[in-house]
Amino acid sequence: MKKLKFIFTLLVATAIFASCDWDNYDEPESFLKGTIVYNGEPINVSYNDVNFQLWEPGWELSYPINVVIDQDGTYSALLFNGSYKLVFPDGQGPFRTVGADTLDVNLNGDQNMDIEVEPYYMIRNAQFSASGGNVTATFQAEKIITDADARDIERVNLYVNKSQFVDFRTNIASTEIGGGDIADANSISMSVAVPEITPTQNYVYARVGLKVAGREDMIFSSVQRIDL
Amino acid sequence: MKNKILYILIILLAFSWGCNDEDFLDREPTDILLDDQVWGDQALILSVVSDLYFRIPEYQSAQGWWNFADFDEAFASNFGDYWRHKNNDWGYGEWSLWNYGYIREINLFIQKADSDLTSELDPAVKARFIAEGRFLRANAYFELVKRMGGVPLILEPMEYDFSGDASYLQHPRAKEAEVYDFVLSELDAIKGDLPNDVNVKSRATQGLALAMKARVAIYAASIAKYGATTPNVSLPGGEVGIDAGLANGYYNQALTAAKELINSGTYSLYNKKEDLSENFANIFIDKANNPEVIFVRDYVQSERNDGRANNWTLWNQPWSGAEDLEGGRTNPSLNLVQSFEMLDNSFATFQTTTEEGDYIFFDDPIDMFAGRDARLAGTVILPGSKFKGKDLDIWAGYQLADGSIVTGDEFGQRKVLPGSETPVQVVGFDGPIDGREFSAQSGFYVRKHMDVNTGSGQRGLKSDRWWVRYRLAETYLIAAEAAFELGNAGEAAGYMNTVRSRAGFTTDLTADDITFDRIVHERRVELAFEGHQLWDMKRWRLAHIVFNGEQADLTDQPWKADEVSTRVFGLWPYKYHEPGSANDGKWIFKQVLPGQVTGADRFRLGNYYSFINDDIRNNNPQIVKNPNQ
Repeated sequence: MKKLKFIFTLLVATAIFASCDWDNYDEPESFLKGTIVYNGEPINVSYNDVNFQLWEPGWELSYPINVVIDQDGTYSALLFNGSYKLVFPDGQGPFRTVGADTLDVNLNGDQNMDIEVEPYYMIRNAQFSASGGNVTATFQAEKIITDADARDIERVNLYVNKSQFVDFRTNIASTEIGGGDIADANSISMSVAVPEITPTQNYVYARVGLKVAGREDMIFSSVQRIDL
Repeated sequence: MKNKILYILIILLAFSWGCNDEDFLDREPTDILLDDQVWGDQALILSVVSDLYFRIPEYQSAQGWWNFADFDEAFASNFGDYWRHKNNDWGYGEWSLWNYGYIREINLFIQKADSDLTSELDPAVKARFIAEGRFLRANAYFELVKRMGGVPLILEPMEYDFSGDASYLQHPRAKEAEVYDFVLSELDAIKGDLPNDVNVKSRATQGLALAMKARVAIYAASIAKYGATTPNVSLPGGEVGIDAGLANGYYNQALTAAKELINSGTYSLYNKKEDLSENFANIFIDKANNPEVIFVRDYVQSERNDGRANNWTLWNQPWSGAEDLEGGRTNPSLNLVQSFEMLDNSFATFQTTTEEGDYIFFDDPIDMFAGRDARLAGTVILPGSKFKGKDLDIWAGYQLADGSIVTGDEFGQRKVLPGSETPVQVVGFDGPIDGREFSAQSGFYVRKHMDVNTGSGQRGLKSDRWWVRYRLAETYLIAAEAAFELGNAGEAAGYMNTVRSRAGFTTDLTADDITFDRIVHERRVELAFEGHQLWDMKRWRLAHIVFNGEQADLTDQPWKADEVSTRVFGLWPYKYHEPGSANDGKWIFKQVLPGQVTGADRFRLGNYYSFINDDIRNNNPQIVKNPNQ
């Protein structure tokens, strides 16, 4: 009797395990990865702020898949194979799209795809240094779009944080120069004092950001670790 | 055999008798009322329209204290609501509304009220019902346009013909300006059919039509004017954004409507109490012959939680005098409190230390707030004041001379102070205790809308005080804003001074004093906790500047409209303990950032007009998306 009970339990248990295979759908298996670039150079942005949408036509109802771009301009999405249309919603990012506003993406297995865009400005040659508890940054702001769409610099900022997420939301120190006060866009220098950090930490992360007038998202240099 | 025939006959007869009578199956329903029953009876029509009034959409109101903690007016002292201070962004779907079910019912109401069904009614009564329906519809569209921008204007109840093709029911979004124009024209059209009676507060009146017209027009005007500063927040089809050239026209409409209401003399500012703070607080709880209040949502006392009783007092009563096991949730922020001016028209932030860094001592905590705008104590329960005749007990602990603090984490906890053996109370029965729900975690409790009647803080009774939606002081401030924007600062100063003198200001502002910052500031202090903040910040296009996501410190320029204010701060009183010193037992204050405040509010450009759901756009592909989302 005891043996029978045991066998029954085992039977029921196997039945439950086995059923898993029956009613599950396949999971999405293909990665779409890449970087938002200008002439091959990544566009650095603030985290969770810039995104594009993937639409898969052919279904009765359409809902976009939002793909968020990381701080260093990279993105990655785990998707089903299929053909998607890639669109940047209006007003996204410190850049404009190049060519057609919709990109066709045919996904069949993992795929790397860099997306070429045209930023209003690029931050070039950002150099960071630390001395006497101050972080100093020097960089150039190069105007990329010079046609009728050209925009001014609203302000530039230097941000310092104790973690690798560095922007206007997460920083422990920041300084700002208004767009009108920039004497020479080819040589901008900013400096900010690093406050005391608890628990003590002998390094910080820093980057500079540039706000384009009339665009919501800023463009940044890459994040640098600086030893104090 | 004979019997058999008889039986058959009897059975046949029974059948034929049962089939003939059609009336037998045709019964009046006992559980629903039919159209001709409802529309022939005034009392029944009134209950239909009451239901529509009951369902007026609202955002910040007495129905939800928590929404007042979404921005910088208040801290949410409730365990389940701390996330409001930990988040950064608002979702694009926040404040979204798409209540076409409600609008369809209003359209049906108007259609039936206007039909032959109501031919028996007195024509004036019938006209009033139709006007009320049109008011409710205009109000519903105003609520929609504030949140979503231009929406499809559906003015007839639509019917599906079951043909399999519903595309004829799809309508594109109207322009934002068209929706505002529609609301304004409806209010003009119905005004004559509404009563002009100061004692009608919970139904539409002529006064309400004017007050609402002033509000609607000033929204449209400021969107036209200040929308020019955010060109990204617009759509090429005009569904979002109003042409800057239309601003003056709307400002004129707002000023004309506001003046007509003010000059009609039907309403006047509430001035019944000598104590100006009590007078200000009474505007919201005096239901007997209140001359200022124009339109309310009314309540009754009830043990049920179905929206008929007002929970505000139960939710927010000070913990030390609470009549039930809850209260203290809405804690006005220091950001708001320091915005209240000094009575000589100057601004001052709260100084807690001297320039040398020593504490400033007060004999009584209320002295910290002396000499300020009477509306402060009418809006906020301050440390050292009373509520319902009971002293408040707001203090965070003992400050010792050596710099250490003795405090507790229970309400009114007792501990032994150094140099003594008997335990004494070391923290107030109202807190503030950081992270302790229902304690005054900002150092303040809210007073506006608080019912002072005994029992109003009990779950089994709650409050029957009303929620004020429109009152005359707002109309004065609209008149001031419109006059100022039209270049007549002198006239604006006059309207401002009327409101300000009621708050205890004796020196009038002059035309030179009136600036945009002044207008913004006056609305912030007069209309705090009345549900205006979000819409005001949106229409002035200030929201993305003030709530910019930076972890900013508390501003020391509370008179400026565009100062960053992303986190709520508090001001905590402490008792000073130094036996033998002259300062022993006196009060000091400290500015604090409540421990639960870890995020910084960030209003993105895509938040100006709420996200229109993908389901809505799938159902009706003619609906265009809002910008920047």
